[in-house]
Amino acid sequence: MKILVPVKRVIDAYVSIRVKSDGSGVDTDNVKMSLNPFCEIALEEAIRLKEAGTASEVVLVSVGSADIDTVIRSGLAMGADRAIRVDADNDLEPLAIAKILKYVVEQEGAGLVITGKQSIDGDNNQTGQMLSALLGWPQATFASEITIEGDGAKVTREIDGGLETVAISMPAVVTTDLRLNEPRYPTLPNIMKAKKKPLDVIALADTGVDASKRQTVLNVSAPEARSAGIMVESVADLVDKLKNEAKAI
Amino acid sequence: MTTLVIADHDNAELGAATLNTITAATQIGGDVHVLVAGSGAGDVASAAAQVSGVAKVLHADADHYKDGVSAEIADLVVSIAGDYSHILGSASTSGKDLMPRVAALLDASQISDIISVDSDDTFKRPIYAGNAIATVQSSDTTKVITVRPTGFDAAAEGGSAEVSSVDAAAVNGSTSVVGRELTVSERPDLGAADIVVSGGRGVGSAENFKIIEELADKLGAAVGASRAAVDAGYVPNDYQVGQTGKVVAPNLYIAVGISGAIQHLAGMKDSKVIVAINKDEEAPIFQVADYGLVADLFDAVPELVAAL
Repeated sequence: MKILVPVKRVIDAYVSIRVKSDGSGVDTDNVKMSLNPFCEIALEEAIRLKEAGTASEVVLVSVGSADIDTVIRSGLAMGADRAIRVDADNDLEPLAIAKILKYVVEQEGAGLVITGKQSIDGDNNQTGQMLSALLGWPQATFASEITIEGDGAKVTREIDGGLETVAISMPAVVTTDLRLNEPRYPTLPNIMKAKKKPLDVIALADTGVDASKRQTVLNVSAPEARSAGIMVESVADLVDKLKNEAKAI
Repeated sequence: MTTLVIADHDNAELGAATLNTITAATQIGGDVHVLVAGSGAGDVASAAAQVSGVAKVLHADADHYKDGVSAEIADLVVSIAGDYSHILGSASTSGKDLMPRVAALLDASQISDIISVDSDDTFKRPIYAGNAIATVQSSDTTKVITVRPTGFDAAAEGGSAEVSSVDAAAVNGSTSVVGRELTVSERPDLGAADIVVSGGRGVGSAENFKIIEELADKLGAAVGASRAAVDAGYVPNDYQVGQTGKVVAPNLYIAVGISGAIQHLAGMKDSKVIVAINKDEEAPIFQVADYGLVADLFDAVPELVAAL
C-alpha cells in the first residue's frame, strides 16, 4: 500500500507573527519557515506504517512554488521515500488544493492519505475532508490512533467530550491530531540522503484544476490587545476584587 | 436568501454551540432553517423549533444518522442544499468534520471559524491561532461556513417554528462508529460554561488535579487544562483549552499553574475576566490576566476554596 502525505510549509510554530501595517496580510519576509506541525505528525505516522511493513512507500506531496523545496527536503529527511511538488502559488485555497491532491492521489494510486488536521497559518481545517469528499472516500479526522486491519482501518478520533473510534473502509483519508505520535528529528545521514531523493515537479496546468480564488481577503489586522490588569497580594484580596470589582462571582 | 444551520446533537439534546450558530445565521439576514439529522431525535427537532429566530426545522430520521457520521450527513445536506444561500455549522469537532465535506461536494470554498458577520458575503475569522484577524469576502453561490461559538451570543428560546420531515439520503456505509469513551461529568460543558477553572503543568499530577476540580465545583465551573497538562496525562484530551483544543470565552476564567503559552492564550483570551495564579511572577499568563496572584497553587487554591 502506498501512502500519500500532503504537507504544507508554514511560518515556524515558535515565531511570533507580525501583521503588516497596510492590512494586506502577515509578514513572511525573512521569517523562519517549517513543515506544518500537524503534517509532521502525519508524515511520522506514515513512516511508522512503512517501518511496520504495512505500507510499501511513503510519498510526500505539497503545492507551491520552488520556495517550498527546502521544507519538502526536510520531510524527505524524516523518511519519506520521494516527493511531488505541484508548481503553483503558495496561497491557494483548501478547495483548490484538495482538487490538486485528488489528481495526484489518482495518478499515484495511493491506498491511504494521511495529512494534518489543519495548518497553523490559515487554521482552516478543510483540506483532508474536502479531498475525501472529492475522491468519494471515507474520512477519519482528528486521529489519535490508527490501526490498519485487513482492507480497513480503525481510527480513534479526538472529539468534543472525549474519544470516538470509527471503522472505515479503505482507501481513506485520515487527518492527524496532536497526540497521534511524536515526530522524529531527522538524523544528519538522513538529511544528506534526502538531498538525493526524487522530488518531481508537476505543472498546475497538467492537473487540469482551476485554482482561481473564491475568496478575497479584504483586510488582515492584529487582534485587539488585552492589557494586563493588576496583581493582588492575597487570596482574600482576590476574592474581594472578584466579588466587588469584577462582580464575576 | 435562506440560511441552513446544521444542528449538533446526540439524538437527545441540541448542542449548545448550535445556539450560537443560529445567532450568526440571523445576522446574515433572511430566513433561518435548522437541519436535525439523527435517529429518534424528535426531541432535538422540537428544541430547535423553540429557538428564537428559527423559521423552520427539517428533521431527517434514519438509522444511518444515529452516530452523526459525516459521510452520511454530508450527502443529506447536499441533497437539500439547492434551497439555500448559506449553510452553517458550528466549529465543534462534528461541524469541523462535516462542513468541508459538504463544501467540497457543492464546489464551495468554505469560510472556517467565523467570529463576526460583516455582511451576507463578508466575514471575520481568526488566523494564526488568533494572532491575526482576516476579513474575508466570498464569491461562492452557496456559502459554506463554520461558526466559532464564542464569537456569537447563544440564541434564546421563544420561537415556534414548524418541524417538517425530509427524506434521508442513500446509505453511504463507508464509516461506522465502533466505540466512544466520553467523559462523564456533572459539571457544565466546557464550551458553554459561565466559569472555567483550568490547570496546567504546575498542577503536577492527575492526583493533584483534584484541587482544581474542588475549586471548579465550589464555583459551579467547568474544568479545563493546558496542552501541557493534557500531554502529561493529568486529564483527558477534551479538557484542552487552546488553539488546537477548545476555544472558550466564559465570564470568568481562572488559570492555575498555567504559564500562558501562545497556544493556550489563543483558546481563552476572549474571556471576560481572567484570573491567573502562578508561582512564577514572570509567567506570560499575567500579561493577559485582569487579576494576578503570585503564589504556590497548593496553598492558594485550597485557601480560595475555603474563602468562597
